[in-house]
Amino acid sequence: MKQSGVKVFLNGIFKENPVLVLFLGMCPTLATTSTALTGMSMGLATLFVLFASNVVISILKNLIPERITMTAYVMIISTFVTVAEMLIHAYYPAMYVSLGIFLPLIVVNCLILGRVQVFASKNSVFYSALDGLGMGLGFTFALTVLGTLRELLGTGKAFGNTVFPEHYGALIFVLAPGAFITLGYLIAVVNSAKLRKTEDIEDNID
Amino acid sequence: MKKVKSSILNIVLVLAGISAFAGVTLASVYTLTKDTIKDSQTSKIEEAVRAVLPPYDHVSLKPIELKNGVETTNVYKAYDKNNAMVGAAVESTSNNGYRGTIDIIVGFNTKGVIMNYAVIEQNETPGLGAQMESWFKTNIAHQDIQGKNAGTSNLNVSKDGGEIDGITGATISSRAFLFAVRNAYFAFTSNLDVQDQGTKVKVDSTQQKSSHL
Amino acid sequence: MTYILIFISAVFVNNIVLSQFLGVYPILGFSKRIDMVPGMTGAVAFILTISTIITYIIQKTVLIPYHVQFLQTIIYVFTIASLVTLTDRVLKRVSSSLYQTLGVYLPLITTNCVILGVAILVARKDLNLMESVVFAISTSVGFGLALVIFAGIRDQLSLVKLPKSMEGIPVALITAGLLAMAFMGFAGLVK
Repeated sequence: MKQSGVKVFLNGIFKENPVLVLFLGMCPTLATTSTALTGMSMGLATLFVLFASNVVISILKNLIPERITMTAYVMIISTFVTVAEMLIHAYYPAMYVSLGIFLPLIVVNCLILGRVQVFASKNSVFYSALDGLGMGLGFTFALTVLGTLRELLGTGKAFGNTVFPEHYGALIFVLAPGAFITLGYLIAVVNSAKLRKTEDIEDNID
Repeated sequence: MKKVKSSILNIVLVLAGISAFAGVTLASVYTLTKDTIKDSQTSKIEEAVRAVLPPYDHVSLKPIELKNGVETTNVYKAYDKNNAMVGAAVESTSNNGYRGTIDIIVGFNTKGVIMNYAVIEQNETPGLGAQMESWFKTNIAHQDIQGKNAGTSNLNVSKDGGEIDGITGATISSRAFLFAVRNAYFAFTSNLDVQDQGTKVKVDSTQQKSSHL
Repeated sequence: MTYILIFISAVFVNNIVLSQFLGVYPILGFSKRIDMVPGMTGAVAFILTISTIITYIIQKTVLIPYHVQFLQTIIYVFTIASLVTLTDRVLKRVSSSLYQTLGVYLPLITTNCVILGVAILVARKDLNLMESVVFAISTSVGFGLALVIFAGIRDQLSLVKLPKSMEGIPVALITAGLLAMAFMGFAGLVK
């Protein structure tokens, strides 16, 4: 398969952004974005797991017999999730508490299992690494944007820095309903940008 | 390179290989992080203990641990130069927070007056329950718990007939917090004369247990 | 009394989908047909209860005594995955009617974070066995409730004319947000 490394890398960040376009990994996206910092940390933890699993599985892809592919994949993914868990617990204990059960739940994030099955099991190590990086960064990007929006609308802060006084914020954006609503509008904005682009192309053809 | 066939032997070999890989990776990361995890927890607690105590000369950082079911309480006693007790810091938890466990350290002088407190761990809603880190030491009447004698004051939220105004919009977090404070006082008084390590004394954890899940 | 509180809390106040965000996929994707709800809820309730009991036993008899809690994630994942596969096989053999009502939803469950999420929550909250079982059942009721309400709303939504960019997932998310807001009104039920 001939493909360009840059394309594989950028694919995950924009054209096939896991959250905003493919709608993968919704649970952590909604749950950990009450502040920009937690959203970004979740994104980076997922990036690490995705990258490492992609690399290891693309190395081992020919050694794993057909019948146990799922078992083997889940085993490798959960190993890296546990590694991420322990590292965050040791070096960033506050974040370990904030992310709570969503840290171990990275295991069942369909983004990771999806990429491993669709991409890493069929491509070389180099491209799988790039795909893991791109997709992970795309995920991190989406979570950071969502977290920043929610934190800003809810408490008037961005990454903990006050932008406008807290009492102008609508706290509902930090709470559960705000997660759903903000993500809904964010996806709608991305959709409308996509629609405009396809319309432009159609106009040019005319 | 061709894909390996799904024979029993291959399956067993590959699974064993992957398990070995997982085992080695996990074991090494575990040994690498084990001490740091422990250190970061103890140093955080030590710092908090120092922050909440009245002026003292030395403190026993080996806590007296009290355990009764869900709640664990650690008592750190502080002494002056003449080895007379000046107060104690009590670590106390509540599992009834809005989002899980709340772990705080409360400092008392010998009379049971609350000197200060510090939050070790909480995961409450930012902007609501998370305000507990400073809410209960903000100098506003009916809000500040510092200087109150835990033995004579009714440390409950005003909604429940107590004399403390809980965090606006976060009654559950406030209740859990004050519960931990009362529990800390209970552990403090029931241990004034306990000296040896690891003595078990009953801690009041009957009320409120599991009321919020 | 404790059990009633756990039940009300898990169904209304801390609804697994609307306030804990676990299992939003079935809500956003598969809930177009209201007749799928009982089967899906039944399957989740079944697996959830059994897996909670088994993971509870593993936690108490293996992970804690041998100080290997750091293996929790791996062991739980495999327990749940094998449980789903086993149930799938057993159901196929034992009763074809039961398989048709529950079994078809089983593959959807393996990657559903509700199951693993509840198992980990139970361990972190340090509930006892009976409380864990009540919690698991209540959680599935809460899941079913969100599923039913959502399927109903989506029926109505399909009749509404929406801007093109809002169709599908965005409007479903915003509806879920409004529903979550409504559920926040239950917060006073449990002190």
